[in-house]
Amino acid sequence: MYQYRRFNNKNSFFQKFGNLDYILLSCLLILGFISLATMYSTDGGEVLFHTKSHFIKFIVFFSMMIVISFINIKFWFSLGYLSYAVILGMLIWTINFGITASGSKRWIDLYFLNIQPSELMKIFIILCLAKYFHRMKSQHVNSFYSICFSLIIIFVPMSLVIIQPDLGTSLLIAISGIVVLWFAGLNHKYFFYSCLLSIISLPIIISFLKPYQKLRVLTFLNPDRDPLGAGYQIIQSKIAVGSGGFTGKGFLKGTQSYLEFLPEKHTDFIFTLFSEEFGFIGSVLLLLIYSIVIYRVIRIGALSRSYFAKLFCYSFGTSIFIYVVINMSMVLGLLPIVGSPLPIMSYGGSSMLATMIGFGIVMSAKTHSQQSIA
Amino acid sequence: MINISDSATKLNSLNRRMFILAAAKIIILGGIVSRLFFLQVKENKKYLTLSDKNRIREWKLPPIRGEFQDYFGNTIAGNFEAYQLHIIPEEVEDFRYVIFRVKELLELSEKQFKKIVKKKNEIKPWETLIVADNLSWEKFSKINNHLYDLNGVKPVISISRDYPYKENFTHVLGYVSQANENDLLTNENIKEKFVPGLKVGKTGLEKSFEQKLIGSNSVERYEVNAYGRRISQLAFQTGDKGETIKLTVDTKIQELTNELLKERAGSICVMDIYTGAIIAMHSSPSFDPNSFVFGISQDEWQLIRNNPMKPLVNKSLSGNYSPGSTIKPIVALSALENEIIRPDFTVQCRGHKNPLELYGQTYHCWKKEGHGFVNLREAMKQSCDTYFYEVARRLGVDRLSVTAKKFGLGQRVFRNIFDNEKKGLIPNTEWKKNALGRNWVLGETIITGIGQGFIQTTPIQLCLMTAQIANGGYKIYPKIVANDDNQYADKFMPLFKKSRNIKIIQDAMFSSTNEVRGTSYRSRLDDPKYQFAGKTGTSQVKKITERDRELDLKTFEIPYEERDHALYVAFGPYKSPRYALSIIIEHGGSGGTVAAPFAKELFKMIVDRHEIRKNYDNKKYLDI
Repeated sequence: MYQYRRFNNKNSFFQKFGNLDYILLSCLLILGFISLATMYSTDGGEVLFHTKSHFIKFIVFFSMMIVISFINIKFWFSLGYLSYAVILGMLIWTINFGITASGSKRWIDLYFLNIQPSELMKIFIILCLAKYFHRMKSQHVNSFYSICFSLIIIFVPMSLVIIQPDLGTSLLIAISGIVVLWFAGLNHKYFFYSCLLSIISLPIIISFLKPYQKLRVLTFLNPDRDPLGAGYQIIQSKIAVGSGGFTGKGFLKGTQSYLEFLPEKHTDFIFTLFSEEFGFIGSVLLLLIYSIVIYRVIRIGALSRSYFAKLFCYSFGTSIFIYVVINMSMVLGLLPIVGSPLPIMSYGGSSMLATMIGFGIVMSAKTHSQQSIA
Repeated sequence: MINISDSATKLNSLNRRMFILAAAKIIILGGIVSRLFFLQVKENKKYLTLSDKNRIREWKLPPIRGEFQDYFGNTIAGNFEAYQLHIIPEEVEDFRYVIFRVKELLELSEKQFKKIVKKKNEIKPWETLIVADNLSWEKFSKINNHLYDLNGVKPVISISRDYPYKENFTHVLGYVSQANENDLLTNENIKEKFVPGLKVGKTGLEKSFEQKLIGSNSVERYEVNAYGRRISQLAFQTGDKGETIKLTVDTKIQELTNELLKERAGSICVMDIYTGAIIAMHSSPSFDPNSFVFGISQDEWQLIRNNPMKPLVNKSLSGNYSPGSTIKPIVALSALENEIIRPDFTVQCRGHKNPLELYGQTYHCWKKEGHGFVNLREAMKQSCDTYFYEVARRLGVDRLSVTAKKFGLGQRVFRNIFDNEKKGLIPNTEWKKNALGRNWVLGETIITGIGQGFIQTTPIQLCLMTAQIANGGYKIYPKIVANDDNQYADKFMPLFKKSRNIKIIQDAMFSSTNEVRGTSYRSRLDDPKYQFAGKTGTSQVKKITERDRELDLKTFEIPYEERDHALYVAFGPYKSPRYALSIIIEHGGSGGTVAAPFAKELFKMIVDRHEIRKNYDNKKYLDI
């Protein structure tokens, strides 16, 4: 049996089906269900636009994930550079012909849906870099050429997103890329020095920020300096979370969101609403589900045969972890407000699409865990 | 293609780094959980209050004002249901349409309409805009019939002040009107309870007892959303009605005083001589305080303000008058007390041809032919001026002022209850030196003896003075609030040295009303049950010249402003006195002919009402 598997990579459909990670799948379904319930609450206890739209997106993209998981991981390996290039093209397209909403050009109109390429880039940069390092000999990883090349891969989409302008997403793209670099074995000292450098250059970077971004940083440091203006979001968010208490105010009873004190409650601040209604217990449970998801993703990586699959799974799992942590820290007043959605929970098609593609590739790594990539 | 050992190194490095990161992740997760714990468990109370502060807003409703009752429990200042029209601008979809429609229905003038629109722009959109505060039933029902068309308009039945006796109690009670900025600044209590449309006391007892009357607000608690729109009512906290204040006044007598003073300027005060309870206190002309409740119209206000008889002045308390001959009992009492004269002291009054001459000044008696030889009793009875010139000359103004002050002249009778009460003026030598910087001259003493010159008294002071003579010379403290239980150490302290002197004065006053040639003989009541004793007074407004004396014009022939004030003080029933009164008719002429007849009318009723009052005290009648 082992022999067979080892040399015959072409698994049957049923074998693949049996190979799916059902714990991961059920966790994703639970998250989807929770997000739908929360979305229902943001709509004021009625099935309105957001709930419906979110439901459709979740079902479509979840199914898409299942489909992806049956596609051989080799296919994704081969697609690595191409997909990166396509998304890069889309980002350039966005800058020229994007849809402007609330002051920034983030979306492109694909007739049947508006897509935000920067969200997709968060996944495909991992794919691209994983492919890049897969082929590389370990002694070359720290060579000047490879570092430069990988940094270019990161910086080009990042700067394209910054000029949209969308600081939050560009930072998340950069973080996704850096995570891959870390796993690929880039020398610790580079991380250490660049950390040091960025801390030193922080004041300079701040001086280059746009006024509203500067305001966000200042507001983070002291939300009470303008409680009805820039500090409003974070103050109201903390009030909502804090007033939830140990057991929460109860489903559909979150007064802060119901009475419209919460801004952006469908997207970035969805966790605030969840936490207000389900309290400390609910929030910890949600964190636990995310932890299981991330653990399963990393486990799949650990069990994969190919370096590419491992690298992708580890990086993707870590990125998801970082997205969750950044979103929650922001909502809880631990980080300045940067636009970063909570994976799966937040309303937003592109984010959902990107996340599901990511999970799809992970799942494909699971079903093809014995697949080696030349 | 890839070296096996190299691949192994890469995988090793990958797994090692994964392990490092996993450890970091667990620490970060711990951080997030502890932050959640901090916010949701440790600081929960703080954020819960903040959240409630966010979502709960309170609306205060106007408190219900306490009532005033007369002695018998009749409401003399109460509340009635006013029909009002309110709009909360944010609840109206098309404000312009609605307001024009309301304008049409209520037939508002362009001026009123502009005022409303201006008010709308001043308030916050969730605050109540009062479009009309006192609609007639016809207009109110008209609005109700058109409500389908007036989205957001609220017909409201609101509690408002009502004075059922109209002008009768105006000067006692004062009136209420919309609280203005000044009221808010001077009274913390009003500021705390303020809501648009709150009525507060502006004068009189309504103002003095504001704290007790105002009551407390009812509070409506609503849940509101981030934009301030009301979502649902959470609680309704009923406020307390203000205290009901019972007065000592008798509405029937008060109405009679109003009746008597109709078309005249003046004042009547009636007082219980033992308890000091005010039975009636009226100043004429009066005005209808109901006009002020919803703001008086400019025309009506001008009419009141420009009336030469000064309806806005409470003459009982703030009218400073020369007491004229009504001061004579005090002059005589002072002289007796200081043993300057004895009751049989006699002076010859020789009429206008032979006036009293002192230092080149002449002092005339009012009677052309003179009174001849008069003793104290006769002089009081016929109000002989010449006699009192002589008594005053011998007594001196300083000793007179001591006695006068003892009997309550020259100081506020109600202490702090009425802020418009005047002190009057009892002059003495020291006062003149301090106030005017000149020495007292004897001539001034002489005219003070007949209540002219610097001396100024208010009608309520004269009433108190008479009451204290009537009760045998004991100090009393007048009160108008029934259960005013202030204890005064010197209450009922004797104000005399020899009680015989008081008797002499009482007897002299009796003779003045009930004996032939007495100045108020024509106004006497013969029935001993009603019989009263009094003293007339006629105080000059201007100096009488020789020419005036020769012309000797009748009152109606003199211009109104130059006519004498008519005064009368009295107490009764004479056998066992119980009530004292003072009457002043501005520019009425002589006290004997104008003021004294009113006392006759009054005593008839006062004595009859006394029975009822006594029975009411003994709870024989439950309601009158």
